[in-house]
Amino acid sequence: MIYLDNAATTLHKPEGVAEAMTMALTSMGNSGRGAHEATLDASRMIYGTREKLAELFHIPDPMRIAFTCNATESLNIAIQGILNPGDHVITSVCEHNSVLRPVYRMAKQGVTYSLLTADEKGVMQYDQLPKLLKKETKVIAVTHASNLTGNVTDLKKISDFAKENGLLLIVDASQTAGCIPIDVQDMGIDVLCFTGHKGLMGPQGTGGIYVREGLRIASLKVGGSGVKSFDKEHPDTMPTALEAGTLNGPGIAGLGASLSWILKQGVEQIHEKELSLARRFLKGIAEIPDITVYGDTDAQMRTAIVSLNLGDVDSAEVSDWLWEDYGIAVRAGAHCAPLMHQTLGTEQQGAVRFSFSCFNTEEEVDAAIQALKELQE
Amino acid sequence: MRTKKLQLVITFSNTPEAIKMEKYCQEHQLPGRLIPIPSQITAGCGLAWKTEPDRKEQFVEQLKQAGLSWEQMQVIEL
Repeated sequence: MIYLDNAATTLHKPEGVAEAMTMALTSMGNSGRGAHEATLDASRMIYGTREKLAELFHIPDPMRIAFTCNATESLNIAIQGILNPGDHVITSVCEHNSVLRPVYRMAKQGVTYSLLTADEKGVMQYDQLPKLLKKETKVIAVTHASNLTGNVTDLKKISDFAKENGLLLIVDASQTAGCIPIDVQDMGIDVLCFTGHKGLMGPQGTGGIYVREGLRIASLKVGGSGVKSFDKEHPDTMPTALEAGTLNGPGIAGLGASLSWILKQGVEQIHEKELSLARRFLKGIAEIPDITVYGDTDAQMRTAIVSLNLGDVDSAEVSDWLWEDYGIAVRAGAHCAPLMHQTLGTEQQGAVRFSFSCFNTEEEVDAAIQALKELQE
Repeated sequence: MRTKKLQLVITFSNTPEAIKMEKYCQEHQLPGRLIPIPSQITAGCGLAWKTEPDRKEQFVEQLKQAGLSWEQMQVIEL
């Protein structure tokens, strides 16, 4: 199999991830439940993973990071926990449903929202931001990169606008954590939501949320905390405030191992490798007749995603041909980003998405190019 | 029953704070270890750092310097 669906989940994990998970499963207890070595080992490992995340995202205090199941949970915590009836939120047409659906849910409770539009290449129209501002605007919630086009959001522009107008900035880093350098301080991010199983190359079922110092978010869940058992209220100190219930110890152990690998390689180097594969692919398919490639593919800063269609053929059919005849795994159809598809005019056809990992090879990219050429002959 | 003796016990607001403390103490050769929080201090659950009773001043000074937070610091019989 040639696996080119890394924007869905990275299949090739760094060495040490599976071993760390096995170690956690076979030797570690429940973090924060008791004081014997098995539980302390779990807590130490989890704290170590927190520290690695803090290093990766330039977060001054690891305690400001809570573990979640995935980016969707983190975004739900952020959007539902910060917004109240009467508030207004600005988001964009580039968003995944993990941002849109929590916003739509809050809209039923009296929150209003506005959508930043994008041009025909899916690039956000930043100059429209001032027109969307209202006196009730509290939050801007945007993706760091589109899961459909691979376009990277200019967070500096968004963040400057947010700071000028006293707004909180929530960033969905599902497609960028581990793939593109993120500095929460430099980028002015108030809340960063990330998943562990894509660019961070850890196991599924892991993710997290960073909440900047001084900002409190009402938690979605309350319950077991390992401290203050007789209090009726769940503890409000980070990270425990957002970590009710048993954490995913084996998953976080695997994530810790993948983070060690990423920190050793360097995110810049990983991004360079992934982008060089995507550019090789783009160059190779450029001359294929009647091919449509979506997104701002000339941009210097983008993720290693290339979405396309062959003529007016259903994207599901193309992806199935690629799988059946060539053993190439890609994703087709709609990509949980309905407004992005509407902007690109691909609601019906969907799009065939190729997404590369630093573990992919040039030979695999060339095989995908050749397959598309043959399909279009 | 084991004979009880005076111990300095430090409590924390949550488990990660306790682990952060343990890491700091190990890196700076401060004696002690994590124990279940004694019910004399607070009924319930959680972790506490147990160390020698005459080290209170030293711990207060070093933990403050390191920016580490704790909830209570008491000398009790354990």
